[in-house]
Amino acid sequence: MNILRKSTVSAIALTMALTVGAGIADAKDKVKVAFIGPLTGGVSAIGVGGRNSAELAVQLRNADPDAKYEYELVAMDSECKPNVGVQVATKVAADRSIIGLVGHYCSAVAMGAVDIYHKFNLPMSVWGAVLPDVTYGNDYKEIHRVNGTMINQNDVAAKFMAEQGYKTWVIIHDTTDYGKGHNKYFSEYLTQNGGEILADFGVPADQQDFTAELTKAKQLNPDVIYFGGLVPLGVRVRSQMEKLGISAQFQGVSGIKSDAFIEGVGTELSEGVVSFLEGAPVDKLPGGQYFTEKYKAAGFAEDEEAYGPFAFAAMSLILDGIEEVGPNRKKLTKYLGDIQGHDSIVGKISFDDHGQNTVAAITKYVVQDGKWVVWEDSEYATGARKLAGK
Amino acid sequence: MDVGLLGQFVVNGMMLGMMYALVAVGFTLFFGVLDVIKFSHGDVLMVGTFAGFSTYLGMTAIGIDNAFIQLIGVLVISIGSMAILGAVIARYLVLPLKSAPPLNTLLVTLMLGTVLREAIRLFYPDGSNPKHFPALLPTDSWSLGSFTLRSDSVILLVGGLLVIVGVNMLINRTRLGLAIRAVAQDEETAKCMGINFKMIVLLTFALGSGVAAFAGVMNGLYYNEINFGMGLLLGVIGFSAAIVGGLGNIYGAILGGFLFAGLQTLGAVALPFASAYKDVFAFAVVIAIIAWRPTGLIAEKTSERV
Repeated sequence: MNILRKSTVSAIALTMALTVGAGIADAKDKVKVAFIGPLTGGVSAIGVGGRNSAELAVQLRNADPDAKYEYELVAMDSECKPNVGVQVATKVAADRSIIGLVGHYCSAVAMGAVDIYHKFNLPMSVWGAVLPDVTYGNDYKEIHRVNGTMINQNDVAAKFMAEQGYKTWVIIHDTTDYGKGHNKYFSEYLTQNGGEILADFGVPADQQDFTAELTKAKQLNPDVIYFGGLVPLGVRVRSQMEKLGISAQFQGVSGIKSDAFIEGVGTELSEGVVSFLEGAPVDKLPGGQYFTEKYKAAGFAEDEEAYGPFAFAAMSLILDGIEEVGPNRKKLTKYLGDIQGHDSIVGKISFDDHGQNTVAAITKYVVQDGKWVVWEDSEYATGARKLAGK
Repeated sequence: MDVGLLGQFVVNGMMLGMMYALVAVGFTLFFGVLDVIKFSHGDVLMVGTFAGFSTYLGMTAIGIDNAFIQLIGVLVISIGSMAILGAVIARYLVLPLKSAPPLNTLLVTLMLGTVLREAIRLFYPDGSNPKHFPALLPTDSWSLGSFTLRSDSVILLVGGLLVIVGVNMLINRTRLGLAIRAVAQDEETAKCMGINFKMIVLLTFALGSGVAAFAGVMNGLYYNEINFGMGLLLGVIGFSAAIVGGLGNIYGAILGGFLFAGLQTLGAVALPFASAYKDVFAFAVVIAIIAWRPTGLIAEKTSERV
């Protein structure tokens, strides 16, 4: 009896081992890739859109029978706070099973994290942060960026606004690297284009009340109020301009190009607000239609938001690299370093020697009837509606 | 600087001061009756604002679109629900810790504040984004040179003033106020005189939280924008204002609130360097005042150091 039971047990064990063994042999090797963005907090709408888009890239690859590996996405929340961001960056970088990373919408977080990726040799691509120094402020081979920078953005913005006939500006910017960068580059290009800056105010990124700054601005009576910062602050500045009876044109940056801005200030006050964004709207991108279809089919609850396509392109690029050179951080870094004219849904990706994508298409947007509309397609461009003071 | 501009700065500062004073009054009431510091006060304000905002959305959904009725509804629901929340907090978090070191109460309410804040962010629909608070007051404005006065600002200022006067009357002229003052002065004796101590504490917390909810709705109506983090800085500033004025003294709280707003406005306007430092300036002056008068500008008669 005893012997019989033993042999039965071992037979079962053997069968199980064989089955499991066969299962493993059939499955592809698992490879982990990571995503970092603000998934909670004031700018989480954009972060969650980016996360979904990166997730979509992974899902599509896993559904592809030709893929050599099975991918698993590790999504981390930076909360758009440098201290939190550096912690999650270290966590991701120190986990050797993670081969590549798509990370960062908030420039201030990205600035703190790039050193960590370099130290741990983790190849990564930025999907949303636009501060030039993220790529140009270092010589790290690991750091890449598929989206453009605020240099191109402000160049276009300054030229465009000067062409509209505006002469004088008051600048309000937050005092993070992001806001200060916008202030610096916009001022530089604006002066070249003949615009005059009457005053600039740096404000903390969590300030509620802007009446003191705006009252000062009102006294200077500028044509335009330029705001360099993210949605929550932008909403407050725009709302409080109205309270003080300031009728100047409100000009924003890529940081407010989100539906959350329009929802926050309301349809009436958002009308005619302009903003500038790297890349083209999703339906004008080379792979835009494909992306939108797949995104809808995947059934995410949230929109992809402004930078979703970039997160998708960055993740796809990293997965392409892993397919090509295998799950090895150093080999992947080298692969990314050589990227020239690589096809993606945001157009061809070519990295310069700092890992910066050289494609710098900037699109101008204006709010019309509670929606961000590409300037050229808007009633403002045809003259049917006018910007403030025109 | 011309007169119109000066007037504009004064109105801006008064508006801010009124909100700070309303928050500071809550801190001072709680400290008065129970010698505790309730750090979740700013977040209760924020929850109250969101409750008011939800009421507005609900009323719009069922077809009530008269701004006046909406405003009354928003105020009643917001103040009422926060008064209940304040009493619940006092009953289940603050009173049980009455004999524990005051630091415990401070920590518990600090954590409760974070719970409230995160709960709104995570569970309110799309709660992490700023919300557009409707303008329920008439928005006519009068301009005189560089001075713009809007009727809604005037109504809010008058409303805030009435609430402060009302609270003051309640404390100094009614039997309830007498009971609150008695408890504040000496708990044991008050109990001997037949005052229901627990009931008075709960009512005081309800009163303070209701005032905070009013300040929150006022904040929403003034800025037309609300977000889950709005209570954090308001709480810290309200607390500082209460301390500077003299914790436990209602006039001190009002004085402290207006003083802080004045310092912030002055910091942004008159200082030669960038307005980024206005909070640094205001808090630095507050530190200096506390060093000079540790018990506050208007000290309690039997003052205690915090």
